[in-house]
This record gives sequence, structure tokens and C-alpha cells, in this order.
Amino acid sequence: MGYHAGDYDVIVIGAGHAGCESALAAARMGCETLLITINLDMVAFMPCNPSIGGPAKGHVVREIDALGGEMGRNIDRTFIQMRMLNTGKGPAVHALRAQADKFLYQHTMKETIELQDNLELRQGMVEQLIVENGECKGVITKTGAEYHAKTVVLTTGTYLRGKVIMGELMYESGPNNQQPSIKLSDNLRELGFDLVRFKTGTPPRVLRESIDFSKTEIQPGDEKPRYFSYESTADTAAQEEQLPCWLTYTTSNTHQIINDNLHRAPMFSGQIEGTGPRYCPSIEDKIVRFHDKPKHQIFLEPEGRHTSEYYVQGLSTSMPEDVQLSMLRSISGLENVRMMRTGYAIEYDAVVPTQLWPTLETKLVPNLFTAGQINGTSGYEEAAGQGIVAGINAARKVQGKESVVIDRSQGYIGVLIDDLVTKGTNEPYRLLTSRAEYRLLLRNDNADLRLTPIGYEIGLIQEERHERFLAKKEAIANELARLASVKIRPDEDVQQLLAEAGTAPLQNSVDAVTLLRRPEITYSQLDVLCPPDDDIAADVKEQVEIQVKYSGYIEKQLLQVERLKRMESKRIPDDIDYYAVHGIASEAKQKLAEIRPLSVGQASRISGVTPADISILLVYLEHYNQVVASRS
Amino acid sequence: MIEDTIAAIATAVGEGSIAVIRISGPEALQIADRIYTGKDSLASQPTHTIHYGKVRDPQSGETVDEVLVSVMRAPRSFTMEDVVEISCHGGIVPVRRTLDLLLDAGARMAEPGEFTKRAFLNGRIDLAQAEAVIDLIRSRSDRAFSIAMKQAEGSLSERIRMLRHDLVELMAHIEVNIDYPEHDVEEMTNTFIKDKTLSAIDVIEGLLRTAKQGKVMREGIITAIVGKPNVGKSSLLNELAQEERAIVTDIPGTTRDVIEEFVTVNGIPLKLLDTAGIRETADVVERIGVERSRGAIADADLILMVVNSNEPLTDEERALIVQLQGKPMLLLLNKSDLPAGVDKKWLSEHIEQERMIEMSMKEHRGIDQLGEAIAKMFFSGEVETADPTYVSNSRHIHLLNQAQHSLQEALQATEQWMPIDMIQIDIRTSWEKLGEIVGDAVGESLLDQIFSQFCLGK
Repeated sequence: MGYHAGDYDVIVIGAGHAGCESALAAARMGCETLLITINLDMVAFMPCNPSIGGPAKGHVVREIDALGGEMGRNIDRTFIQMRMLNTGKGPAVHALRAQADKFLYQHTMKETIELQDNLELRQGMVEQLIVENGECKGVITKTGAEYHAKTVVLTTGTYLRGKVIMGELMYESGPNNQQPSIKLSDNLRELGFDLVRFKTGTPPRVLRESIDFSKTEIQPGDEKPRYFSYESTADTAAQEEQLPCWLTYTTSNTHQIINDNLHRAPMFSGQIEGTGPRYCPSIEDKIVRFHDKPKHQIFLEPEGRHTSEYYVQGLSTSMPEDVQLSMLRSISGLENVRMMRTGYAIEYDAVVPTQLWPTLETKLVPNLFTAGQINGTSGYEEAAGQGIVAGINAARKVQGKESVVIDRSQGYIGVLIDDLVTKGTNEPYRLLTSRAEYRLLLRNDNADLRLTPIGYEIGLIQEERHERFLAKKEAIANELARLASVKIRPDEDVQQLLAEAGTAPLQNSVDAVTLLRRPEITYSQLDVLCPPDDDIAADVKEQVEIQVKYSGYIEKQLLQVERLKRMESKRIPDDIDYYAVHGIASEAKQKLAEIRPLSVGQASRISGVTPADISILLVYLEHYNQVVASRS
Repeated sequence: MIEDTIAAIATAVGEGSIAVIRISGPEALQIADRIYTGKDSLASQPTHTIHYGKVRDPQSGETVDEVLVSVMRAPRSFTMEDVVEISCHGGIVPVRRTLDLLLDAGARMAEPGEFTKRAFLNGRIDLAQAEAVIDLIRSRSDRAFSIAMKQAEGSLSERIRMLRHDLVELMAHIEVNIDYPEHDVEEMTNTFIKDKTLSAIDVIEGLLRTAKQGKVMREGIITAIVGKPNVGKSSLLNELAQEERAIVTDIPGTTRDVIEEFVTVNGIPLKLLDTAGIRETADVVERIGVERSRGAIADADLILMVVNSNEPLTDEERALIVQLQGKPMLLLLNKSDLPAGVDKKWLSEHIEQERMIEMSMKEHRGIDQLGEAIAKMFFSGEVETADPTYVSNSRHIHLLNQAQHSLQEALQATEQWMPIDMIQIDIRTSWEKLGEIVGDAVGESLLDQIFSQFCLGK
């Protein structure tokens, strides 16, 4: 029998990476928040790889941090290895990647949540949403507790009708043998949501003491680790010595074992109905599709400091357990390995994300938001990025404030959400830097410049941090102005320094900006040629150097962004009847009516909507506005 | 939406009358100024004024046409934006050239109905008029689509598709390096990118060369026949017209005036200028004939000057030959069946031997040699009539130019050791421009390529 268990502003269901960010954001914005999850030991759990960041994903972590989220701070406190990737490439794609102590990561996040004002953490299995007059009003748990709230954020990860598959074995389960959430899925379907079945997988874990590391290559962390959070310092971040990862390879024997057992692979026997992602296929999939590749990389990654478990990256599989063991033992260095956990594939229900507004509120049930894997994404960072946006908007709605949408020129989070709600996805969606059309503007180094103002405005960035941010901005502007005015004369010292740098001598005096644009010249050389009066912080120098060096490319992209903004600023009224618009092609009408884009910009990104349709829509909107204006 | 400046030929009329090119948008005056030379810049002129000047190719400095230019400043114009209208002398060639120059100078080719659309969006016209525009946008875009479809079956689009495939493979390779930095795929080096970029530039250059040829094959070599009366111009005309019956052009969007006559010589189409003039003036006094000839010379891609080889050259003829030095001219020595009276020594001092063709209209001799000489002049001797890959649409030519420009920038970036993700920006732009030609949607296909080309996974 049900009982009234409490009233809240915001309820977040699920305490994974999306749920944690949602709940923390809502609570920090002043909302009474309940975070309810099936198992309190699984808060911020990493069911797959023990790492955070990398290209695009690392950018998202920085963006979450700039908005006032937790993921960046949390990984900085719990990493066991930190590496900046892509340093040989342009600054836009430099990408920070951490190996996490996954147990410490969980405990640290759980503690942060427990200590957060306005936030209550509760174990419970939500089975039903309370929906009255079409609006979401709360949740009901398996134990009969009825929690009421003004907004609800659903972050169910892979738990919705989760099903684990290992070879012939198949059973209902969430990740890592957790209880799946069955009834909530039925409830969503009853409410009219369109659900899809997706699939993902994870490799086996092995015992460190059974690995012959001498047959592998060491992969150490950076000597001087960088941090994700703009708040982290050497004092607040993890300080222990970093742990390495190890690189090894599959052998022809591995491939033979897989080929011999393909008939037992659920991927090919038709047992798996869910759509898996192309970007992280299982090892059996890789061997079938790329059969001429003689060997595949395998990275061995520690799962934490106080555990002997190693993650076998590159060997994601749903083969039967006995085959998995033979596969493992065919890999160099793993000849005598002990398997501790078996790899598996997991199928789960996800919501078709075109059913969401860009705020992540569902169109079908007002006050209900969804974030993370339930929206068809994959990855901790993608989940967390949606989580903070859903949390912010759930809180803003409670407070009667305007919602927050990050656009494609402001962040990868904007690219991610816009892609999901505008185009949908037919496989688990992973962020890639190539998905961002303004990649050069969405850099790892400038996430604070892009998003701190938003974080501050919504109250997630504190005054003190904001002031530091403003000071940094000013320092960048001052230094850019100084370099533009300072003249460098072609005297002997200068010419010699230029010769050493391998660049042409000066004919006349030039300003420092012009000189810095030369490919061979770096800011550190300007430091010698025209030193600033006061010391300049390293992150300011970095910004100045990037902004000057790549100004040509940056300006090109800024021009494109201006165009985007103009299209985004043309709002489409929600009550528009596309079927009544004369001239729009019928396929486009259907798509527009389904997605209900908020702006002409968003409309133009819907597949099947042509430039001619957009032209007609613009004409119609102008007419519409005239009619509305004349009525009022 | 309304942020860029658009241009299009607003009227399309035949030779002898005026063709108007309309430019509308915030940069209309600045863009027009880039190709216009007059007493003052257009940007300095008050609204609703008309100015005389010249259209010049800013690169070569060559004069394209003498024009009258109207300046109408926002909001007192049809679109309520800054509008410049350039009245060209007509004749398709200078009008097209002028439009091409404007597109190079920063204008975008207007879509069908776009001027009217802007007029509506800026509140200039009412809904009833706008609905007509909607129909126009719809029907024209459908037609454009069907044309695109037709082209999609053609070999041009096949070549562009192959080129795009090469580019997308290169891009996928670069992207994998960026998004999977620890993955064991081949490292993308600037040298590798440079090689690929160079070969793509080669392909585009080849296509642009066919553009020249394609234009010729489609539109004909614009040919002026000049010479004093009674040297055999109209006989030449009749001789040429025998090979293929003269036809009337049917250029889409134009009134179907008789503009020029088409003939073919050895399969090469010639568009003859002022044929009516030739026929009319056959018996008129010498002075008028030469004067008319001068007018036609300015517009022509090829000048056929006819002289009577039986008589000495007149002073006017000598002057004209001198004037035509360095232009694509062939000298036809007609009446070679009669005893030679022309001053061959003087001729050989003033004109290359291979440009002189002895002919006899009366005996129907010399046409083949004429055909060979033209082929040599325009196609380096070869007429690839068997290869139908011609880029002839000016929108396509413009997009190919832009695609090539972006690749050049990418190439330059590789030479300056820019990081690969920066170089990728220009390669991608080029790929997108090529996509606009064949109408392929941009987007997911790069990702498809990445995942089909490389074995990635966790």
C-alpha cells in the first residue's frame, strides 16, 4: 500500500553520472532535491572502462566544470593517471584523459552528495511516475513510497529492462549484476513514449598478479599532470604517484579462437536484438569486419589503487565464458591470466530522443526530464553533460525561470543535445570532435571562457571563482592589446633569435602580434623579445598564443557562428501548424511537426528539411508575426 | 537569414539590348566597387543615381564591358536593402563574365525568387505576392532538383563523387587520428595530406578545364566574321551554314529572340555574331562595314577576318590586322582560286603562318583547314567530343572554384606546418562545396566513413 513519503522541488531517479550532476545542480541552485537510486553502493559507478576524458569527452568534462558541475573536480581528486592526448595536433583537439580509481571516484562523489545542502540521497526502486493532468508530479517506489515533486529527472542508464548476454546465457539484469528496472519501462510505454532497444558491452576483468607485464609495453601518465577542473590545484587533486597502463596485442590464435566459436556469438546468432554502437564494437565484431587486420591493440588498465582488477580495453565481448577465457589466454602477456569478471553485452530500453525539447524536458509529459543513456547516448561524460543541463532546467522550471540551452557554438554539450533532440540517433551516441562544426572554437583550453558566464548567471559558479575568471579575461585582453602595440625592431639580437628559431629576418619593425603569427615563433620567444612588465599566468599566455596564432581560422569560424546565431534567434512559435503552411514538402511537414523545432536554426538541421522548405518557413513566419502583431 | 549579398542576371535579353545584373544586400555597393571603375566609387554615391563606368577583372585589369550602374540605397529599393543594378551592353559573354566577377568578389548567386523573398521578408510586398514567391521557390527548387538528378546520372557527378570519396577518406583518416589518438592507425602527416590535396586540386583543375571546353561545346565559340565588303563574308557564312543548318539559341530563361546563329565546323560549334549585319551590309560602302566589324570584335572569342587574296590590302585592312595581333584571330585568304595579289611579305611580317588559311568559297576549299585551325586554337588540336564531361553551369564552375580555393588554402597550411585539425577545416569546406554540386547531404557520411574504414573499439 502506498504512503506519502515527502515533497520535493526536484526528484532525480538514478545516481549514475547523469543523475549525480542533475541532483547536485538542482540542489546547489536552491531546490529541495531527492536523489533516489536502486543501490546506494552504485553511486557514480563506472560499469565499463575506468577512465574519464579523451577527445570531445574530456572537453565535455571541462564544460561541466565551467558550468559548476562535479565530474571534473571528482576525477581530479581520484585519478591514478593523467595524460594530455593529441599534443602534437592543434590546441582545439588537445584532450585530457584520466584513469580513475573507480572505487575512490564513487566514494568521493557519494560523499559530496551526502554533504550537499538541500540534497537527500535515498535507496529505492522507482516503478511508476505520478502523472496528473498530463504533468509529472512525482514517483512511486517498489516499497510503496510516494514522493512528490514539481519536476522529475529520469536517468536510468542501462537499467530499463536490462538484459545481460554472455554467449548462450541470457538473463534480466542491470549492469554488473544489479537489479534491472522493469516496471518503469512499462510505465513509460503506457505514458506513450516511443522506446528503442540499444546494446552495449564490456570486456572481462583480470587479476594483476596473473599478468606477465614483461610482454607488454608500458604506457605512463604525464610527468606533470593537468587537471580537468579550473578549481583544482596540486593541493586539492590526487597526489599519489601515477600508475601506468600497459599495451599488448591479440594474436592470430585469438582470431582463430573467435572464428572457431562464431556460431556461439550472440552477435551473429541473432540472440541480440538491440543496436550496438559502431565505435565500440566487440572484439568478435572487429575480427569479422576487419578480418585482414593481423592484430588488435589491447590496453590493460588498473581499476584502482586498492584492487588487483585490471580492465582489458579492446576486448569487449559477449562470447560464452569459456571462449572468453581462451581468448584472454591467447593474448601476449595473458597466457596464464585469471579472469575475475566475465565480459558481457547488455541490452536496455532508451527513449527516442527526438521526443525531448532542447532543455531535455519531454514533450509528452511536462515537468519530466530525461538525461544520460536513457536518451540513447553512451559514455560517462555524455551522460554527465546531459545530467547537468537537465538538472539546471528542472530547477529553473521550479523557480519559474527561463530555461538554459547551450548552442552548438558554445559547447560540445550543445552539439550533443542538439544532435539528439533534432536528429535522433539509431545507435548509442558517442561524442566525437568531428561532430562539432565549430571545433576550433570549442577547445579544451577555453571551456571556462565559453561557459563560466552561464554557470555564474544560473548560480552554480560562486562569486570568488567568477572574479578570478573575470581577472583572467581581462589579463588576456590586456596582453593581446600590449602585443599589438609593442614594436620589435630588427636589431642584431632580434635577428639572431629569429635565425635560431628558423624564421626569416625582419625587414622593418613589426608589432609582436604579427611576429607571433609566424609558424616558427612561440609566445616563449616573445617573452624574451618583449617581456611583459608583470608576470603573466601560464593559462593567460596559452590563450593569447592560441588566439593570435590561429586568428585566421578562428575568425572564419566566428563568421559562421554569426550566421548560426541569426538563424537560432528566429524563434518558431510552439502553436504553429506546419500542415497549414502552403508549400512545404510533405516529408518536411511531418518531420517539423514531430520535432517541433524552437528556432529556424534547429529546423534547418532536421534531416529531410531542405533549404527551400526553410525559405518557405521564413516567409510563413513573417506573415504569422504580422498577423499576430495586427491582432494585438 | 538575410545576411549575405546576392546577385543574379535580372533580365536576360539578346544581343543589342541591355542586360541588367542586380545585386542586393548589405555589401552590394562594396562588392560592385570591387569590379567597377568609374569617376568615383559607388559606395560614395547618393541613392537613386546612375553612373557610367567600366567593369574590370580585378585580377587581370582587363575591361569586360562598359556599363551604366544604378545605386539604390536601403530602404528605398525593391528588396529594401542596398541594391546595385549593372546594365551591361548585352551579349551573353560580358554579362556572364560580370556576374562571375561579382561572385568572385563576394556575392552569392541568388536562388530562384530570392529577390522577391527578401522584398517580402523586409516588408516590401504583401502576402498575396509572397504566395506567388512560395510557388516559385517550390517549383524552381523542384526543377533544380530534377536537373540535379539528371546530372547525378552524368559523368560529371560521377567524377565529383569520386573526388569527394577521396576527400572523405582523407578526412576520415585525419579524424581518426584526432578522435582516437592512441589507436594504431597510420599517423597523418602533413606530407601525406599535401600529396592527397595536390591530387585533388589536379582533378578540379581538370574539371575546370573542361568547363572552358564544355562552355564552348554548349554555347559555341563566339565568332565574329570581319572584313570589308565583297571579300566573301556572306559566302563564308553560307558555306559554314551548309554544314549544319543555322539554329536559334534557346537559353533557359531568356526570351526566345533570335540572338546568334549556330554553325559547326568539324564538330566545333561556332556562334556567329551579327550575321544579319553581314547579310545586310554586303553591298554597302566600305566604311560602315569596317566600323561594324570593330563592334563585333570586342565581344568575340574568335575573329575570322576575311580578305580578298586577289587584291592588295587596303590601309584599313592593314590597320585592322595590326589591331588584331595578339587576339584569337584567323586570317582567311579568300578567292585563292584567282591569281594572288595580296602582299604576302607584309602579311608574314604581321601574322603567323599558321593563322593564315587559303580558301576559296567559290570552289568550297579551305573549310577543313579552318576547322583544324580552330581546333588547334581552342582545344590544342583535340576535340574530345566523345567525352561528355563538361562543367557548363556557372553555379557549378563557381563552386568548383571555391572548392579549389579551399584546397589551395589547405595546401598552404600544410606547407606552414599547421596542425592537421586546422588543415581539415579547409578540406572539409572543399568537400562541402563539391557536395553542393551533386546535391549530397553533408553530415553523417563522414562518420560512416570513419567507422567503415577503421577498426575502432573499446
